[in-house]
Amino acid sequence: MSALTPADFQPLQTKRQTQGIARPSLSYWQDAWLRLKVNRRALCSLYIVIGLLLFTIAGPLVWRVDPGLQDLDQISQAPFTDRRAIVVEEYQPWDGRSLRTDVNGLHLAQPATTQAVRLKWDALPGASGHRVYRNLFPVGPELAFGVPLAEFYDNETLYFEDRLDLRPQRYYYSVVALEPDGRISDTFETLEVQLQRVTTLSEAVQRGLVGPDAELQIGDPVLLSAHPLGTDYLGRDMLARLMEGARVSLFIGIGAPLLFVLFGVAYGSIAGFMGGRVDSVMMRFADFVVALPFLLFMILFKIAFGIGPGESGVFPMLVALVILMWPATARLVRGQILQIREQGYIAASRLLGAGTGYLVLRHMIPNTMGVVLVTLTFAIPSAIFTEAFLSFIGMGVAPPTPSWGSMSNEGIKTMLTHPHELILPALFISITVLAFNLLGDGLRDALDARMRNQE
Amino acid sequence: MWLYVIKRIAQGIITVWFIATATFFAMHNVPGDPLLNDRAVTGSIRANLEAKYGLDQPLMTQYFIYLGNLTRGDFGISFTQENREVNDIIRQHFPVSAILGVLAVVFAAVGGVLWGALTALFRNRLPDYVIMFLVILGISVPSFVLAALSQLALVNINSIFGTTVLPVAGWGTVSHMLVPALVLGLGTMAYLTRLMRSSMLEVISSDYVRTAKSKGLPATRIFTRHQLRNAILPVITVLGPAIAAITTGGFVVELVFAIPGLGRFFVEAVQQLDYTVIMGTTVFYGAFLVFMVILVDLLYGFIDPRVRLH
Amino acid sequence: MALNGDPEVILTEQNFTRSAGRQLALYALYALLALVALVYLLSLVMGEASGNVTGSAIDVDNNSITITLREEPPQLDSGRATDAASFVVLAHTMEGLIGYDDNNQLVPGVAERWEIREDGATFWLREDARWNDGRPVTAHDFVFAWSRVVDPATGSEYSFILYPLKNAEAINNGELPVSYLGVEALDDFTLEVTFERPTPYFEKLVAFNTYFPVREDFFASTAGRYGADADMLLYNGPYVISDWVHNASMRWEKNPYYWNDQKGFLDAINVGYITQDVNAKLNLFRDGQIVDTHLVAPMLPAAMEQRWHIQLFMEGTVFFLEFNHRDGRITDNYHFRKALQLAQDPAELVYKALKEASYLPAPSLFPEFISGVNGPFRKEYPPPEHRMNVEESRKHLEMARQELGIDEFPPVVLLTGDTPVALVAAEYYQALYKKHLGLDIRIDAQIFKQRLAKMTSGDFDIVLAGWGPDYDDALTFGDLFASWNLNNRGRYTSDRMDELVRIAQSSLDPQTRMDAFGEIQQLVYDDVVIIPMYERGWSYVVDPRLEGFKRRSIGPEVDYNYAYIESGN
Repeated sequence: MSALTPADFQPLQTKRQTQGIARPSLSYWQDAWLRLKVNRRALCSLYIVIGLLLFTIAGPLVWRVDPGLQDLDQISQAPFTDRRAIVVEEYQPWDGRSLRTDVNGLHLAQPATTQAVRLKWDALPGASGHRVYRNLFPVGPELAFGVPLAEFYDNETLYFEDRLDLRPQRYYYSVVALEPDGRISDTFETLEVQLQRVTTLSEAVQRGLVGPDAELQIGDPVLLSAHPLGTDYLGRDMLARLMEGARVSLFIGIGAPLLFVLFGVAYGSIAGFMGGRVDSVMMRFADFVVALPFLLFMILFKIAFGIGPGESGVFPMLVALVILMWPATARLVRGQILQIREQGYIAASRLLGAGTGYLVLRHMIPNTMGVVLVTLTFAIPSAIFTEAFLSFIGMGVAPPTPSWGSMSNEGIKTMLTHPHELILPALFISITVLAFNLLGDGLRDALDARMRNQE
Repeated sequence: MWLYVIKRIAQGIITVWFIATATFFAMHNVPGDPLLNDRAVTGSIRANLEAKYGLDQPLMTQYFIYLGNLTRGDFGISFTQENREVNDIIRQHFPVSAILGVLAVVFAAVGGVLWGALTALFRNRLPDYVIMFLVILGISVPSFVLAALSQLALVNINSIFGTTVLPVAGWGTVSHMLVPALVLGLGTMAYLTRLMRSSMLEVISSDYVRTAKSKGLPATRIFTRHQLRNAILPVITVLGPAIAAITTGGFVVELVFAIPGLGRFFVEAVQQLDYTVIMGTTVFYGAFLVFMVILVDLLYGFIDPRVRLH
Repeated sequence: MALNGDPEVILTEQNFTRSAGRQLALYALYALLALVALVYLLSLVMGEASGNVTGSAIDVDNNSITITLREEPPQLDSGRATDAASFVVLAHTMEGLIGYDDNNQLVPGVAERWEIREDGATFWLREDARWNDGRPVTAHDFVFAWSRVVDPATGSEYSFILYPLKNAEAINNGELPVSYLGVEALDDFTLEVTFERPTPYFEKLVAFNTYFPVREDFFASTAGRYGADADMLLYNGPYVISDWVHNASMRWEKNPYYWNDQKGFLDAINVGYITQDVNAKLNLFRDGQIVDTHLVAPMLPAAMEQRWHIQLFMEGTVFFLEFNHRDGRITDNYHFRKALQLAQDPAELVYKALKEASYLPAPSLFPEFISGVNGPFRKEYPPPEHRMNVEESRKHLEMARQELGIDEFPPVVLLTGDTPVALVAAEYYQALYKKHLGLDIRIDAQIFKQRLAKMTSGDFDIVLAGWGPDYDDALTFGDLFASWNLNNRGRYTSDRMDELVRIAQSSLDPQTRMDAFGEIQQLVYDDVVIIPMYERGWSYVVDPRLEGFKRRSIGPEVDYNYAYIESGN
């Protein structure tokens, strides 16, 4: 006989879980978010975007420099340049007298500084006049003297003061004799000059380079204002300008594309889905909007919004950009919808009783996400540069308010000599574009329902 | 099908009429005076100038006169280029912009499709990263800079080789076209690359491709007939407006490379408030755009049999 | 499931990718070939569409050079031309009664000799001056041309330059018929002019484009399209336009009928490119495609590195801050203007902010090159001494505030154009006046036509303006602020100024005239009519093989009439 107990005859407990479901049941959006988090590149770009926003909002609170303040002693300064200077007296006009009476020929009347270079010379043999040149390179056998600074058609004016864009570097000055007919001869004298960076007492005090009770004397060394990212063509701090520029650029650069893509998607979906006459009319209207001359209407918007002269018209610019750029997205989305509309699962859904709204929102639009996201990420630099162009011609931000696009525009002029003025804003634009591109990629991967089972 | 084409053309004409009307009234509401110049003129000269250009009439009269002329194909005489008819200006300069634009779009389309397909195919591997990097670079550099840099590069290339490999600026031969068209099309090429890539990626993971693969079809056929053909559709959609945009937006390239195109003319006309040129060019461009869109829609219908045009 | 062929050809991902990749490469090849074919096709189409002339900068064999023009001339009707590009073309293809030689001296042109009197002038024309169809240039051609200019129906903006002629102004205002104009052809080669009032500087006016001749029968044959194309013009200058592709290129060839063998040494001049872009011009110059270009400050280091011979030329245009003197404007207040004047120093603007080697800080309305009685005007009449004085400036500002009866100053609108230099200057002043005076300056950047419209209607407080000389006499600057001058867009009115201008216009004694200009110069400073900023000059380079190239402040901005290729290179 087996050892059976009454306990063996008790009814079995029903097991809750007979089958394990490998993962929790997720909605479309929860699933998408999970997949996004896993995508390392997308996550990284998300951090970059957050970083940019912090830079824009919190930056000016940390780096408290007025972006409009012109530091004319440090124009177009590259980052990390030496900013030591000596204090000198205020500038006084020069009457040509020299402190040194013992020297002949071309010489400096006093030490050369970034405030002024004062040259004196004796009349060259056979000269009817003299011309003063300045060069960055020593004068060689080709007799390329450099940039002509001044001309004197007599033999009495034998002195010249140079104050043009003086930088603490080496210059080569030449004085060339002129023929009676005004042409230069081969007779010349050259002088190599190394300039010392200087500033005046009043400037030092006003800029706050020294403490209020420091007693600064002529001849003391002092450190000029710090500019970690250098300065622009009017001596304004690049870092401060980039921060302020971020506001406008990001606002327009992200705001406008978001808005017009939203509108374009809605418009295009309706047009594509409805088809027929509605589609025709809607698309013709989109063509109409595209063909309008952008500049003309931009001007009108500005007036319509009552933006006065010299005021920044950021809001009208946003409106104008949205109004004039949505057709491309609409057309794209419409094309996609036309394709998707004929797919099998749409018919199946409809058979199951899905309404139009549900079909469009739940099935069609998510399937256009790939294309939409690409357009969005490309719209960002496009919006930034359009804003730059508009600001350049007075339709956007008014000076001195900067924006990354307008800073790039201005940086082009000095591209070869001071590349940092172009590189820095362009770099920020690139970073923004890159971040949104990667984010867009990640979003597309996350939102693509078909990828659900692939990892 | 022909009925469809006729219908589209009729709609196109109406659209162009709308464009002309909107631009006309917008233009006349923009502040500024087209007849003002650096040296001020006396009242009677001013009156004569106004009469000559018909600006002394009330606005609605001017509008109807303009419409009437438009139907006869008469765009009027330019304000700034006096004695030149706008028709002549368009006829002489549009082909230049068109050739440049067509070439740029071809570069952009071919490049975009090929690069996009390449990156989709070799996703997350070296070609993908390299091309994506170039794409980002291409779109975050403003066109002014690109044009200026490429011209500088040409100068340096020419001096290295000691002879003119490619001309630095100007217009007249094939070699004048190449670099400007490339610069012009670069931005669009970047965009199309991304578009194609995105579209291809979707197609690659789609069911019918999987079916085809499991059916054992040869790779080339799957690639061409299924993947490429389906992925290319969004690209075609944007091609129409892209052509129009490139042809009209060539201002920067035309300026830097000294090309006598219509884009330069147009921007300068807006700056000079040259009414007739603004109107003529806008209407012309509008018609061109509408035509391009019709063409592209037809093309679309051919490529994708699922899309029913009615 | 049917496998296609060989069981080894299982479609793995790698295989697929490789095959697809190969297919892609094949397509790329096809695309490339198709592109080549397309480009070839386009070139065939283009070959018919354009007739662009390309040549290198200097062509020794053909004795020709290639140059650029900054923009397309709107039209080449000498009576109506107003822009610099047209002036350049006209200076090479046409000639007036009097011209300038390569030393900027007035020399005979079509007129062999002339006589200027108090009541008028007489010009005796040479008999060997011809049009390019062989027919002689006659006095009738001048009568016809000048009559056209003053005829209000022509709409010439430079008609004011003919006002010294009797009845010219009245005709231009529509008060008299054209036949009343004070000019007559006594015979084919004698031209008699009657003055409205004594005009001792008339010979300088006559050298200007608007006074060039036009032949009546040719003009009639062009049926309203005179000056629109190369074949719609008759030329009497050193060169004729043999080819004109609008907005693209031009070709000038030596005029076989031109009388002066001391002018026009080159056989042909190719205007190969028409562009404003300074960088493009620099690249063309470096590439050896054009003979000259001007340089802006950022290009100078590159130019120095290339060891080019850089030259400097003062153009004679003065740029200044012009105030709106209309009633109700804050800038109408004298103390306000004085405050602004004392708080600035043009030297800092030019040397630090603009940084152009060729710009000079301007101390006065009159530029450096203007002549006085015997020598330079500014040497005989030194400009007022200006010293920046922020304290004084603040005092004046306070006085202005009290006079105006306000607590705070409203924003001040600074109207400017959209050129890079104008914007830098505007930004500089904005920061400057904020720093020293606490003023809120708003920058209103407008495109050209709109800026002009605003200036004319008085819709500004301060405007960045400039003025260039039309002829070589101080009056071209001196009469700017007369109350009747339409170009006085700030509407400055002063009886003293009007009186001085009238003296300068009509007095026959050079000393009296120059004294009047001296006083005008002082008055402009004392009354702060404007704040002069800078005089514009150009740094430029020329191909070393070209000699005789000239830049001018009066006349065409570039002059190749005396240029020749240095042989032996």
